[in-house]
Amino acid sequence: MPNPSTGETQFISPSGMIKVKVDGKDLEAPRTMPDPISGKPLPTTMIQACALAHVDVPHYCYHPKLPVAGNCRMCLVEFATPALGPDRKPLMKPDGTPKVTRSPRPAIACATPISPGVEIYTNTPAVKQMREAVLEFLLINHPLDCPICDQAGECKLQEYSVDYGKSDSRFVEPKVHKPKRVDLGPRIVLDDERCILCTRCIRFTKDVVGDDALGIVSRGSYSTLTAYPGRTFDNNYTLNTVDICPVGALTSKDFRFQMRVWFLKETKNVCASCATGCNIIIGSREGKVYRFEPRENDAVNSNWMCDYGRLNYKWIGQADRLRQVQSPKSKVQSPKSNGQARNVQVTAERLLLSGQGSIWKSVIAEISTKLGQIPPGSAAIIASARQTNEELYLLSKLAKKLGALTDSVPRTGEGDKLLLNSDRNPNSLGARLTGIAADPMGSNLPKIADGIRSGKIKTLIVFGEDVTKHGISTELLAKLETLIVSGILPNETTRLAQYLLPGCAHAEKRGTFTNSKGRVQKFLKAVEPPGDARPEWEFLHELVFAVAGQDGFATIEGLFNQMAQDVPAFKGLTWAGLGDTGITVPV
Amino acid sequence: MIIPRKKLNLWERLYLPAIIGGFKITLRHFFRKKVTMQYPEERWVVPDGYRGAPYLVEDQDKRIKCVSCQLCEFVCPPKAIRIVPPGPSGAPDVGNVEKAPREFEIDMLRCIFCGFCQEVCPEEAIFLMQDYSLTGTTRQEMIYNKEKLLALGGVHQDNIRKWKKKAEEAKAQKVPP
Ligand code: SF4
Ligand code: SF4
Ligand code: SF4
Ligand code: SF4
Ligand code: FES
Repeated sequence: MPNPSTGETQFISPSGMIKVKVDGKDLEAPRTMPDPISGKPLPTTMIQACALAHVDVPHYCYHPKLPVAGNCRMCLVEFATPALGPDRKPLMKPDGTPKVTRSPRPAIACATPISPGVEIYTNTPAVKQMREAVLEFLLINHPLDCPICDQAGECKLQEYSVDYGKSDSRFVEPKVHKPKRVDLGPRIVLDDERCILCTRCIRFTKDVVGDDALGIVSRGSYSTLTAYPGRTFDNNYTLNTVDICPVGALTSKDFRFQMRVWFLKETKNVCASCATGCNIIIGSREGKVYRFEPRENDAVNSNWMCDYGRLNYKWIGQADRLRQVQSPKSKVQSPKSNGQARNVQVTAERLLLSGQGSIWKSVIAEISTKLGQIPPGSAAIIASARQTNEELYLLSKLAKKLGALTDSVPRTGEGDKLLLNSDRNPNSLGARLTGIAADPMGSNLPKIADGIRSGKIKTLIVFGEDVTKHGISTELLAKLETLIVSGILPNETTRLAQYLLPGCAHAEKRGTFTNSKGRVQKFLKAVEPPGDARPEWEFLHELVFAVAGQDGFATIEGLFNQMAQDVPAFKGLTWAGLGDTGITVPV
Repeated sequence: MIIPRKKLNLWERLYLPAIIGGFKITLRHFFRKKVTMQYPEERWVVPDGYRGAPYLVEDQDKRIKCVSCQLCEFVCPPKAIRIVPPGPSGAPDVGNVEKAPREFEIDMLRCIFCGFCQEVCPEEAIFLMQDYSLTGTTRQEMIYNKEKLLALGGVHQDNIRKWKKKAEEAKAQKVPP
């Protein structure tokens, strides 16, 4: 609390904020800010005040989501405090501004709390000299591996050396060598020579994950990061240390030597591996996905994501992806039936019709005629809870028109207390809110199987699931008159499909998922889908328009806004309003 | 602007003086030293520092010097260079260097011999050499792959030997390099 007798009140705003100055700019900063781990209020530090003032203070060991360590000294700043007279009142300069006394020593901005009236200087000649000196020390034993280091291009040591360092080295002695290419865990390689001993990785795994697996042994320039003897660094969050390691000491085995980071196009997307819906950035180059990285969203995943979700991307570029639209007609014309000439002709035809061409048009027209003729109640729809809200919404429209029984397939695994959800569908809630999934999810599947067995259900529409694994056997599928399947990878169901409509991975289309807590989050397209494959919402929109006659929207924005009007749970949402981090709807 | 044609005077209209003047020059050159060459049998010796086609080099130990850092691929203005990095297991037989390109291609039809790749290379692994006349009968033939580039580039007498020194230094400290 302000102490009136010291005259501190002058530097406290009426709302209780502390008045400070950063590089001459006035700023009001809160007295405390929540601790990133426990959430308890802690005194606001200088680096936080600088961040509020949009002044960048270079730092290595400080990370806004980790406890403060204060060991790298990169964040040194100079400061001054208000000068007090004998009466403990602040002294004033003739022009009415408070007189300050410059502290003779600098302070580390990451661990020094602000006090009322303090003035922080981040740009003085002394600060510059200190940064230069800190960098010189850090580089003394650094191997300068940049040409072979995966971190190059996103390395803080490189960046700060360019911004604040000196270009030459005065160090002529041999460098201290440490272990390289250390197998730290199943997904991590450690290069101890590159480590700058910031302990970010240690604090992350200890305080955020609760797996106290890492530590530093030896002393001085021989200090070496290692896993505790007899332990491997193998929790489900290890790859986050690769992201927060400011240098190339910790690198991902999966991404190792695959591509230089400066080639990667970054696309905002959402992880589709569980119902948490961690926000991610997809790094891709020329249509190939190279890595997922977490994207900050404090309402969902903070700065982290789990290794399981991060590495679950290889299927996107798999060679056996479904890439051709199939209809009973195209199956009859299959090249084998009529020898070489036929073959050439069919290929030419396919070439003409491929892509966004009329193969889709004719097949969608065929399907909609079929669906238009069937009696109500004779169809069923099984749509995966991996489809987007928009797709499920369109399918629910179709279901209403056809009087179809609908459901999704539950998918569970072991969850944990940090991020990984036991529900492995990214959009279970969306499936429920749009009315596609039964309650509980999957309880309609036996009914659909019975319906097919009794001959009541003659048309089955499947999106993104292999129903033969979920109680609807191949014999049952064979009894159907029409089987329409959309999928991404081949399976038993897609093999039996009469109409096969290749769809897209979340990296290949735009859309939204609703996570387990009701947060509606949008994701954007990173790479092109293979072959004929198209975003499901695109062709579903055409199909629903043709069958139900209601005009959907040809753009994802329009479609989403329409859905927000039609589905009560999404009321008031707009595509643009979702922003990058989504909006939570009450559930 | 209209430029009026100058009327020729009598001397000019006579025509023969001009012909004779022309022959004089021809004759003078006839007895001078020849500057033309019997290309392609005879070839021009390019001056030092000439920027011809970029090729890859090996060091004295026959190690490809390129470590697949892909800076040249990034800097190349016409995007003539394509590199396939070695992937997670690294490159075999390069020891503490860890990396080498799995494939390295330069499309000589695209290359503009600007020298940026040589300039940017942190490993002194690519040099613009003296070849100025590259021919091929197909486009594919003009895309030089790693083997071809190395064969054309030859050995570079590297006197820095940075990786070798690093390995020796580490060994002296009893740390596996
Ligand atoms: S950690 Fe940074 S500075 Fe060190 S070798 Fe890697 S890229 Fe270079
Ligand atoms: S490995 Fe990276 S994060 Fe861990 S202490 Fe070293 S530099 Fe810091
Ligand atoms: S010389 Fe210039 S154009 Fe040719 S490969 Fe090198 S960087 Fe590219
Ligand atoms: S810049 Fe040099 S080391 Fe890097 S990829 Fe090109 S040739 Fe190889
Ligand atoms: S960031 Fe402050 S000491 Fe490291």
